[in-house]
Amino acid sequence: MSRANSKRLHFGGYIDRTQSLKFKFNGRDYVGFQGDTLASALMANGVNVLSRSFKYHRPRGVQNRGYADVTSLVQIAGKNESPNVLASVQPLYEGLEAFSVNCWPSVSFDIGSIFGAFSPILPAGFYYKTFMWPNWHLFEPLIRRAAGFGKAPSQAPAGQFLNRFDYCDILVIGAGPAGLLAALTAAKSGARTVIIDEMTQPGGSLLYSKTELEGQLAIDWIARTVDELKSMDHATCLWNSTAWGYQEGNMVCVSERDPKPAELIGRNWKIWAKQVILATGAIERPIVFENNDVPGVMLCSAVMEAIQTYGVVPGKKAVLFTNNSSAYDILPYLQVAGIELAAIVDTRSDVELDTVIGTDDSNVEVLQGASIQLVIRAGRRVRGVVVHAQDSSGKEKVGKIECDLVCVSGGWNPSVHLFSQSRGTLRYDDNIASFVPDQAIQATLCAGAITGEMSLAGSLKSAVQIGSKALSRIGIEAAPISIPEVTNGDHTNYQVDAFWSSTAGHKRVKAFVDFAGDVTVFDLKLAIQEGFDEIEHLKRYTTTGMGLDQGKTANVNAIGIIAFHLDCHPSEVGTTTFRPPYTPVEFGSIAGSQAGDVVLPYRHTPMTHWHKEYGAVMYEAGARWRRPGYYLKEGESMNEAINRECYAVRNHVGIYDGSPLGKFIIRGKDTEKLLNLIYTNSFNGLKPGQGKYGLMLNEEGLIFDDGVTFRIDDDQYLLSCSTGGAPAVERKVDKLINVECPELKVIITPVTSQWANATVCGPLARQMLQSTESDIDWSREALPFMHVVEGIIAGMPVRVFRVSFTGELSFEINTPSRYGLKLWRYLIEVGQNWDICPVGSEANHVLRVEKGFLSLAHEVDGTVDPIDLGHGWIVSRKKKDFIGKRSMEIRRQNQPVRQELVGLLPKDSKQLISEGAPIAPANKQELSDGFVSACVWSGVLERTIALGVLTDGRSRFGETVLAWEQGEPLPLEVTRPIFYDAEGIRLRM
Amino acid sequence: MLLIHCPWCGVRAESEFRCTGQVKPPRSEFVHKSDEAWLEYLYQADNRRGILEEYWCHEKGCGQWFKLRRDTTTHEIMDGDTDS
Repeated sequence: MSRANSKRLHFGGYIDRTQSLKFKFNGRDYVGFQGDTLASALMANGVNVLSRSFKYHRPRGVQNRGYADVTSLVQIAGKNESPNVLASVQPLYEGLEAFSVNCWPSVSFDIGSIFGAFSPILPAGFYYKTFMWPNWHLFEPLIRRAAGFGKAPSQAPAGQFLNRFDYCDILVIGAGPAGLLAALTAAKSGARTVIIDEMTQPGGSLLYSKTELEGQLAIDWIARTVDELKSMDHATCLWNSTAWGYQEGNMVCVSERDPKPAELIGRNWKIWAKQVILATGAIERPIVFENNDVPGVMLCSAVMEAIQTYGVVPGKKAVLFTNNSSAYDILPYLQVAGIELAAIVDTRSDVELDTVIGTDDSNVEVLQGASIQLVIRAGRRVRGVVVHAQDSSGKEKVGKIECDLVCVSGGWNPSVHLFSQSRGTLRYDDNIASFVPDQAIQATLCAGAITGEMSLAGSLKSAVQIGSKALSRIGIEAAPISIPEVTNGDHTNYQVDAFWSSTAGHKRVKAFVDFAGDVTVFDLKLAIQEGFDEIEHLKRYTTTGMGLDQGKTANVNAIGIIAFHLDCHPSEVGTTTFRPPYTPVEFGSIAGSQAGDVVLPYRHTPMTHWHKEYGAVMYEAGARWRRPGYYLKEGESMNEAINRECYAVRNHVGIYDGSPLGKFIIRGKDTEKLLNLIYTNSFNGLKPGQGKYGLMLNEEGLIFDDGVTFRIDDDQYLLSCSTGGAPAVERKVDKLINVECPELKVIITPVTSQWANATVCGPLARQMLQSTESDIDWSREALPFMHVVEGIIAGMPVRVFRVSFTGELSFEINTPSRYGLKLWRYLIEVGQNWDICPVGSEANHVLRVEKGFLSLAHEVDGTVDPIDLGHGWIVSRKKKDFIGKRSMEIRRQNQPVRQELVGLLPKDSKQLISEGAPIAPANKQELSDGFVSACVWSGVLERTIALGVLTDGRSRFGETVLAWEQGEPLPLEVTRPIFYDAEGIRLRM
Repeated sequence: MLLIHCPWCGVRAESEFRCTGQVKPPRSEFVHKSDEAWLEYLYQADNRRGILEEYWCHEKGCGQWFKLRRDTTTHEIMDGDTDS
């Protein structure tokens, strides 16, 4: 045994002393054993301080066990770096490297502990009170650096997370004695059973106990039971897995750590169970006294676990402080570990000593009706305690006892978190001075210590009963099962005293209720004085139970203390609602493989590779479609590229990839009725080959989408809509024809990805297309504006639509997607003679602003109707009904003056103005008059032009208004919202 | 997460479905009524505690629309498809 493991017994424990594991903590080298946790290995090496506390940066060591040990917070370094890991549950492995959190610059010298000296400025609600002036942001960087928990990892983890779904008959949560026996009952009866436990080993409290079942140490029974469960195919055992959320539908979220295969970091399960059995046990409760957080103050269960499971000796001389009989279980453990017991301080004055102390220990001094007032510390460790007691005559006396270990038990809190998460109600039970499950809302049953049953025999009995009850609820007959007899070490007289705190909570007394959030008795008292007498408010104002603890250790003490100060019964204070997660869960575990690009994959047109090779800078066009924004030539700036592309379209010929545009086939005898219902204008009498532009409103009478609909033939129509709006249009129309107007005999099929679209536009577009190998008559007479024709280009089937979004002569050539790239290449090749130029969405945007065409998400921002945008002509007066008509009429009646679309010419013809810049008068604090929706440099006009919406805009042409950018007013002239070819001659050529 | 019975696919996870709100009478019954009646139809939801009938669509599955009765306090689903 090396000096390194100086606090380790040379016998006992479930560790393998032949397998040494080297690890690093805060940069120093240590050695532990296989079977250790990081916390047990550190304790064995005499490391007292694992972390610094959240608010006051006080040194903290191991206090509790498992996930309740919220003070053992560390950051794990390495390829799967993880902040905020509890050292008490982190299995030790070779090469593990960890750091304390909340320490700056180091764990032994912490600048933040200055906060301790100035603690009067950090009471309850201190964030709200202290940092108000001049401004929170002044203090924020300092506070964030000094407070807060671990650091977010700088790199993605090397391993992976996955999700899994499962369904079972009976889900047992907790693999302590009750959970194991309940699961065995279920599985033996043939029910599909899942049992989970948050620890790496099943057994719960039996893991560290000296209890005997059937004459053997309880862990033997555990091993046999687990083997039996694992031998059944319909039973699943998940260890090292936390049930962190109990949701509606009787679904439980379980985070499994380090599952197989080894590349996995974690796996999140969603398990739907017909019946859930909660066998979550109970967590030992601290008692609140001054300096109850000093390293060396530990709960009895943590001390017992350190000795029994890890062979670690957490001190030399101990004082036991308790309010119940369960704490006396610790006496043989201390004896084995050679720890001297200086005194037992029991808050009860009527302890029947012979029932709690074996005759061997009768020489121990038991102070009854006594309490620890204060821990005396030396450096970062307990040196002694100050005890308040009464002598035989009832006289108060105060004494000091030297010790380096304080073993505390304040009773046991049933782990009711999941029960509460499932919206079950809780009830205060005076017998155990804590809360127990009351009414279940879902298919939930409870077995064992969670119900307040503190004896092992009672827990085992309830496990079989509850297991059978769960089975009978789902119609399965329970197989007979034998309940193991507790032959040694059960405690039947728990006898807890409702003792919460030995301090009245003066201002400078640091007596902690919530160790994770550094909430003291004084904080609770102060909050009550300030008028927070409702538990939900108290919780939020003081942050009790809101941090890592999530009420595991803090809540019941807080409720007890609040009840004391409000002079009422704890049941009148009530509890707060527990919420998921029970313990912290990695985001990665929840996301599983749905991370990065996989969550919302991009959609690409068949021509994407060509665009990229040609220098396209790709944009998202909406609905995850990627489209070229502009094509950059060598030595060119973005603006130069856009101007070049615009010039090509206005003067010779451009080509753009319009494939992402939303497209739907509509068929059925009521198609015309549907179109008349969803569009504001009339679609009566559209002949095959003809198309019409339409505006779609929502039921609130505001513009929802726009697009062109063509009648392809007698039977089918092709509806196009905006790229980004396509999913919403589909949902809307789908609901309409399925739910709201099921009498319409119509079918809608999305075909966006089935068609590639190459749009050839510009004054020479017809000339160019006439030189393609094609059977199409491209003349104006044969294919006029707003018509469609089918034909062949170079052997490829195409549909050509005469539509224009650029204001130029334009042919939208659609071909099945598999021909998309071939068609595009062919057109580029033919177009060489006309100096064809591929055009991106930036140039498209400039061209449409020049024409004053609408763009969704610019002018159409969800607050405008067609008339606002000068599209009154498209709103049918003849139709009795269309979606949005009624609401639009009502709105316009009540609000005759509205914001309207206008053109805006910056007085400085080179000035560009940000989209969204408000328009408002100078020197007045008034509502804005409108805003700039788009502003671009127009090559043909050789100046900047803008569109915007302006109150009563159409009656203000010629007026000068001010747009505000960064506090600067920029004058603009109001004009008609069209800057180029107002008559629309060019696009109809 | 709820388990929902799709009349076409059977029991599936809630994440495959879309709920579009309470079942209302058809719009045609209200669109020509008084302003108040129309706006109430459009904007007022019961937001009821207790059993509510809603439209659900198995959007990420077969696309089937159906009505579903759900208790808004307990999330209990009363029955699967009524008629669709």
